[in-house]
Amino acid sequence: MQTTITTPSRRHSLWQRWGWLLWVLVIGLIYFWTINGLKFTGFQESASAVSKSILHGLVHPTWSYVYDGSGEDLVSLILQTLAIAFLGTIVSALISVPFAFWAARGPKERYFLRSGSGKVVLTLIRTFPEIVLAIMFIKAVGPGSYAGVLAVSVHSVGMLGKLFGEAIENMDRGSEEAIISAGGRSGQVFALATIPTIMPEFLSYTLYRFEIAVRSASILGMVGAGGIGTPMIFAIQTRDWSKVGIILLGIVVMVLLIDSLSEQLRKKLI
Amino acid sequence: MSTPTIPRRSWAQRYHVKGIGWTVLLLFLLVGSAQMTGVNVGMFFSNLGQFTNLLVRMSNPAWDYTTVIIQPLLETIQMAVLGTTIGAAFAIPFAVLSASNLIHNRWLRGLTRLFLDLVRTLPDLLLAAIFVAIFGIGSTAGVITLAIFSFGMVSKLFYEVIETIDMGPLEALESVGATKITIIWYAVLPQILNQFISYFLYTLEINVRASTVLGYLGAGGIGVFLQRSLNEFNYNQTAVIILATLVVVLVIDGVSNHLRRVLL
Repeated sequence: MQTTITTPSRRHSLWQRWGWLLWVLVIGLIYFWTINGLKFTGFQESASAVSKSILHGLVHPTWSYVYDGSGEDLVSLILQTLAIAFLGTIVSALISVPFAFWAARGPKERYFLRSGSGKVVLTLIRTFPEIVLAIMFIKAVGPGSYAGVLAVSVHSVGMLGKLFGEAIENMDRGSEEAIISAGGRSGQVFALATIPTIMPEFLSYTLYRFEIAVRSASILGMVGAGGIGTPMIFAIQTRDWSKVGIILLGIVVMVLLIDSLSEQLRKKLI
Repeated sequence: MSTPTIPRRSWAQRYHVKGIGWTVLLLFLLVGSAQMTGVNVGMFFSNLGQFTNLLVRMSNPAWDYTTVIIQPLLETIQMAVLGTTIGAAFAIPFAVLSASNLIHNRWLRGLTRLFLDLVRTLPDLLLAAIFVAIFGIGSTAGVITLAIFSFGMVSKLFYEVIETIDMGPLEALESVGATKITIIWYAVLPQILNQFISYFLYTLEINVRASTVLGYLGAGGIGVFLQRSLNEFNYNQTAVIILATLVVVLVIDGVSNHLRRVLL
């Protein structure tokens, strides 16, 4: 007996066969619009000379700026930058906890009105530009690192609240149920089960946010909110490239050190 | 039958030496940083009036300013698209060079990764300040800043993707004597393309956010207007800019999140 083997028919719909063309068209249009829309301002005549002096400055940094005991040197300002980031992160971690419980979807919540509104608020905080916050706080408390601390504290809530909230949503509810079944009141459940369960994750996210805060604290000074950014922008404006070089080196070393330190600590936590 | 023994806690465990030590260190650092940054809680509350005054002036946005900022907002998106594309294009060879399953030379890999780590340490606004000095005020400086910023980020995301691929197809091609380029084209690329596009879109989201402030230092886009309105104390215009930025960021996030869900 003979059966004919039929190959599966390869009948694709029109969309499956030609859909990619539409994508190519859309992407092509986006890039056409992008490249046409941007005015290429061209290189200034001074561009190559400036680049050369920047490179020269990076190779010959002003070593005398590293430490001169005046309190306005690289080491003191880097420490100040770290202090802004540290203090801002701790304060924002504390503020973020209630926000996180507000924005976390509860197991019994029905229409997500509470958690939804919390998420919207956190998104608003996250999108509010940090340097605008810094400028607003400078108006309130005057220029200096205090304004930087306040800006970092408020801005970080947007991201920490979101991360904390997600940690709460995904946490293991076993220990909570155990305390409830043993007759614990809601305060006891919170203190003995919820907090110990999520603490390591909260700490890990806080450390991660600290890494980001160190980067933003080093640029907040550009608008006058303290730290290493202030001498940086002055050095760029006065074309003092050797000083720019030493500050850049300082920032790179600081960020690398903090990142590896925080990574070690986070590995221990989880 | 042995009697069960209660596990003994060491002296350090009994008196919570570790926990107390960390707490003391944390408090010490907190007090130190507070002193160094001149934190003064009272001053904040006594000047709270000025801060709320700002907020009040911002809560009354000058809506007719919207027409002025549409063009710079579009320019911001264009900067982000071009910058991310350039950055991602340069990131691909570096990602391949730092993937441990493709490159077996430890020195080459280590050097590439060190270079990428160094690039990633530089904050975006700092790069913008330097490139404005080189290229002058305008969107060129912004595009190059975003290109370098996304290069550092994308290359790390990309090499982590490459390291997770299934090595089977690679070995199959290798065993029939394919060249390195052929292997990458036929065995590596099909496995990673979707994730690459997904990470590209993710970086684009971050770059749209970043590009809105780059103009503050003269690197083009909406940030130029942000700085102008803040310097002229036109806080009702600042409010419009922030709200418009929020809308753009949310739209881009939504589109990109949808595309990424389709892709993965």
